[in-house]
Amino acid sequence: MSESGSRDDLEGAPDAIVQMRGVHKWFGDFHVLRDINLNVGRGERIVVCGPSGSGKSTLIRCINRLEDHQEGDIVVDGTLLTPDIRKIETVRRKVGMVFQDFNLFPHLSVIENLTLGPVLAQHEPQTEAETRAVELLERVRIPEQARKYPGQLSGGQQQRVAIARALMLRPKIMLFDEPTSALDPEMINEVLDVMTELAEAGMTMICVTHEMGFARKVADLVVFMDEGEIVEAAPPDAFFANPENERTKLFLSQILH
Amino acid sequence: MTARSAISSAVPVASPRRLPPARERGVVRWLRRNLFDGPSNTILTVLALWALFVTIPELVRWAIIDAVWHTDDPQRCREAAGACWAVVAEKYRVMLFGTFPYDQHWRGVLAILIIVGMGIISAFKRFWSYWLFAAWLAATAVVLVLMLGGVLGLEPVGTHQWGGLPLTLVMFLGTVVGGMPAAVFLALGRRSSLPIIRALSIGFIEIVRGVPLITVLFMASLMFPLFMPEGVTIDKFLRAQIGMTLFFAAYAAEVVRGGLQAIPRGQYEAADAIALSYWQKTSRVVLPQALRIVLPALMNDIIRAFKNTTFVSIIGLFDVLRATSTAIQDPLWVLYAIEAYLFIFLLYFVFCFAMSRYSEHIERDLARGRNL
Repeated sequence: MSESGSRDDLEGAPDAIVQMRGVHKWFGDFHVLRDINLNVGRGERIVVCGPSGSGKSTLIRCINRLEDHQEGDIVVDGTLLTPDIRKIETVRRKVGMVFQDFNLFPHLSVIENLTLGPVLAQHEPQTEAETRAVELLERVRIPEQARKYPGQLSGGQQQRVAIARALMLRPKIMLFDEPTSALDPEMINEVLDVMTELAEAGMTMICVTHEMGFARKVADLVVFMDEGEIVEAAPPDAFFANPENERTKLFLSQILH
Repeated sequence: MTARSAISSAVPVASPRRLPPARERGVVRWLRRNLFDGPSNTILTVLALWALFVTIPELVRWAIIDAVWHTDDPQRCREAAGACWAVVAEKYRVMLFGTFPYDQHWRGVLAILIIVGMGIISAFKRFWSYWLFAAWLAATAVVLVLMLGGVLGLEPVGTHQWGGLPLTLVMFLGTVVGGMPAAVFLALGRRSSLPIIRALSIGFIEIVRGVPLITVLFMASLMFPLFMPEGVTIDKFLRAQIGMTLFFAAYAAEVVRGGLQAIPRGQYEAADAIALSYWQKTSRVVLPQALRIVLPALMNDIIRAFKNTTFVSIIGLFDVLRATSTAIQDPLWVLYAIEAYLFIFLLYFVFCFAMSRYSEHIERDLARGRNL
């Protein structure tokens, strides 16, 4: 699709901060994303769910170009994603990401993990970045861990540090890639609570998660994916009460007990 | 549901915490377990003890009891039945400084102190940063000024006059200080997505790894000048230095690459996600972790680089070993070469053992999963 095509789409959905239009992606011969069309409105929360291997992680990883797509357009806050590294970095400065395995930098203390991005990528003075880092650590309720190293923290604490690290770039959009899947059960809620607060504060969020309680509580739209396609998308009430597609019904019956 | 089994059971208790039961200790137990564990081990132990019994007293007699420690008269050594350590006291200036001008030896001493001092500072983790590398560059510059002279009122000394321990240490220092960045760039280049850079890195590493160090040195000293235009000469020491550095870089590059491969993909992605550029990601996230992982293996290469400096003697440079063999050609003292070589052996051992212990210490820290 051409550049002008994406501009038309911009006019078509002026409030959408993320637009995906006819996005296809292959891993080798494997068609992992098939004709993805998705708009995310400013301040809205999208929950993406689906069986493993359905392409849901790949989908959100395309939004900050951790994966590249082969066909279609992805526009993030007015920037069309191309192989141009400057455009990619522009988008990445606006998009925070939280990973399943936290991916904190183990050789840096918590506070250094937080300040590294803003100081290097946005040339923020170290002292200002540290002040903001302490505030964010209070917001995720672990101010006392600032000088520790990631290896000294529990999984739940590490994931909250990872959320704070992503917030340090003052992102317009937050991507969550199964943020609670690697956590012990007793730590899931402390992370979900932070995410819920973030949603209540008006952050635009795209969450890949199997936490259906969280989806019910905060999502504006629940997207169900299977085999690389968006199978169904509906507000949570309708999605859980009256799923239309058979595949959605099967998935929900397996995941909800 | 079927009937439950009545066999499984568990007993809830309230049991207080206490220390583990005392273990058996004692010398006899240790001896039995480690030295006399079965007939074959007992035989080996007895044989080893016998060998020690035969050699140790003779060695002690030769090296200590009957040894001559101080004399400037080789005749006294000839009369004694033991080692002649006096040769070291007599010849140490030539052994340690070779052909370096005698009245300028203090400059060599300072160069040695700077290099050893920097080595000790580098052993402390609190000093680990890119600043430390800058400090090494500065130390290298100071050492070169000291050794070469010609500025600040220092008498100029050409590299053809260098010799002994300062030459060995400067060669070693240049090899590591120049070779480490080269190794890092080669390792990064080998993993680069740019095909030409990757091909050049692979080509260089494989070619250099495919030839012996002696060949590299002969190339540097004999063949390289043939390729140079008329009238252009490059200092022999510098040519050897470049050869040593490139040789070290090719080996160390493969070690560093191993470290790069050990960094999980998630670290790269997390750095990408916070919008770091390639060089920011490499210098602040990937390399600090990769170099920590491979430090013990790198120390192995560094120790080998130290010992490899002895090879430069074959192209006519007077490193500490060559200087020693020259020193004991004095017909008065030529009989006591063994003592002189033992002294140099001790010198090499002290340097290498210190580096080896240091590497072991780091390995222990890594095994504990500590943040270095």
